[in-house]
Amino acid sequence: MATDAPALPAGLTKGKRPPGLIADRGFRILALAAGLMVLVILALIAIYTTREAWPWFSAERLGIFSDNWDPAHQHFGAGGLIYGTLLVAGVAVLLSLPISVGIALFVTDVAPERIRRPIVYTVDLLAAIPSVVYGLWALLVLAEPLASLFQTISDATASIPILSTLFANPSASGKSFMTAGIIVAIMITPIITSITREVFATVPSAQKEAALALGATRWEMIRGAVFPHSRSGMVAGTMIGLGRAMGETIAIALVIGSSPRITANIFGPGDTLASIIANQFGEASGTHRAALIGCGVVLFAITILISMAARAVVARTDRRSAGTV
Amino acid sequence: MSASAMPLTQSTRKGRRELKNAVATALIVASFVVALIPLTFILVYVVRAGMTVFGLNFLTEDLPFSNRFEGGGIYPAIVGTLVITGTATAMAVPLGILGGVYLNEYGGHGIFARLVRFLADVMTGVPSIVMGLFIYTIWVLPRKESGLSGFAGALALGCLMLPIVIRTTEEILKLVPDELREGSYALGTRKAQTIRRVVFPSAAPGIVSGALLGVARVAGETAPLLFTIGIVSAANWNVFDGPNTALPQQIYINASVFGGFDAAQNRAWGGALALILIVFLFTLVARVISAVYARRSAAV
Repeated sequence: MATDAPALPAGLTKGKRPPGLIADRGFRILALAAGLMVLVILALIAIYTTREAWPWFSAERLGIFSDNWDPAHQHFGAGGLIYGTLLVAGVAVLLSLPISVGIALFVTDVAPERIRRPIVYTVDLLAAIPSVVYGLWALLVLAEPLASLFQTISDATASIPILSTLFANPSASGKSFMTAGIIVAIMITPIITSITREVFATVPSAQKEAALALGATRWEMIRGAVFPHSRSGMVAGTMIGLGRAMGETIAIALVIGSSPRITANIFGPGDTLASIIANQFGEASGTHRAALIGCGVVLFAITILISMAARAVVARTDRRSAGTV
Repeated sequence: MSASAMPLTQSTRKGRRELKNAVATALIVASFVVALIPLTFILVYVVRAGMTVFGLNFLTEDLPFSNRFEGGGIYPAIVGTLVITGTATAMAVPLGILGGVYLNEYGGHGIFARLVRFLADVMTGVPSIVMGLFIYTIWVLPRKESGLSGFAGALALGCLMLPIVIRTTEEILKLVPDELREGSYALGTRKAQTIRRVVFPSAAPGIVSGALLGVARVAGETAPLLFTIGIVSAANWNVFDGPNTALPQQIYINASVFGGFDAAQNRAWGGALALILIVFLFTLVARVISAVYARRSAAV
């Protein structure tokens, strides 16, 4: 009976596993494990930072949102820091968004074909400059002229109701919310630009050509064909830029002026969640250190919410455009 | 009367439209110019101020004991940046490539792969200072003083690199034509071997360039190193043992010396020049590799 069995192909012996099966399965499991690492690390971040910050949460409870950060008296309300984070990021996005959209339009619709690539590379160089170098430049070069500019604007608007509060008490050193906002705006410009550029590039050229064929000028074509098609992509890009701006640390730590408070004076010094961690962690202990780690937890939560919202916007667009095509 | 007015309004209307178009075009061009101003200013300043201290001595001498002292070089920080970034790369790149392989070759559109893809995007958005705090709480704190080391810094940088490498690897693998995989399967090759022998070689340049961009991004990070690597004034080649230092850290502490001390500020500028040279070199090599790759695949 055994002699009747058909000859097995070379390399296969009866009753044994096919060759290479274990290595094949092993590789699959290895790849899966690598993918799982992302989940594991995010979970560990949440668990470990929250655990170390717990003494602060349990000591202050809702007081973590009050505006009284005062290590000397063991008060650690992060309200002023959250405010500063939102203000700096808001200023940065307001300054950066129009410029980023402009650059993206320049690359996709205005500039001659052969200089488009060099323009993209040039703008990407802004992303290659390290954060600390931006901070160094802002502190040692930009702060001084900005201080006198702030003073001039403040003097000029002293009698105008709302602006007088907004621009009051400019910082003499140039360290302020506004300075931080300007430098962060420069840093997030390449990010928002590259996202909006990719979105603009997906606008069907048939729609653009149709608009031009109907006699629209280029600007009318952009308003009528490019923007409506790209609205949610632009929103997502802006939110990703906003998230990046909120997490920015070192450049802000050097030029914000380290004074946690809620104030309308945007030319005055302030502080943000990320920058206070950088500036105070070295000399902190006990509740102070727990509070600083807690600031990291709050920041982590805010940025995760923002990036989730951005992805949700993108996902909705994907589904919609998948339906129309 | 109305007949004579018609052409007039039409032409002014056309004029207004043309004017709007011209203004919009001017603003679009201006926005690019506006972005060029800080770029030029920063690069010129870093080169000009950095050159005042830059030289063989600056690159090869140890740091002074305190940044309040004059003289000394930045050699230990260059060593630190290279070994810390190198260690982070050695950990994050293989893991990230495997993760990208999982997403594109195994996971596809399954629910788990979609979750991992989503979390990788979320992880890219985690602020670098939070990564530093995370490594501080999980690695440095349990080890007390001996926890401060280049390796702790490398862990933080590695966590920042991982999602970037995963997503770029996935994007590159997407570009590998399915015909290659099918041809390999038709010859009876298993999936793992197909990925290793067929998919990887054709995606390698893209993956390398993506990894280098990831390296360039984390090499300039300061925040994750603040509470993880400690500080030294002599070069420490051993990432696992003893505190270390890095270029971004030295720039930060020398820039923030209270009251503005010229020697420290110049050291910061010199360090910034060295750091920018390193980061640009990585970026340039990545660009060259991907450009060559793009030309080759266009020719096929």
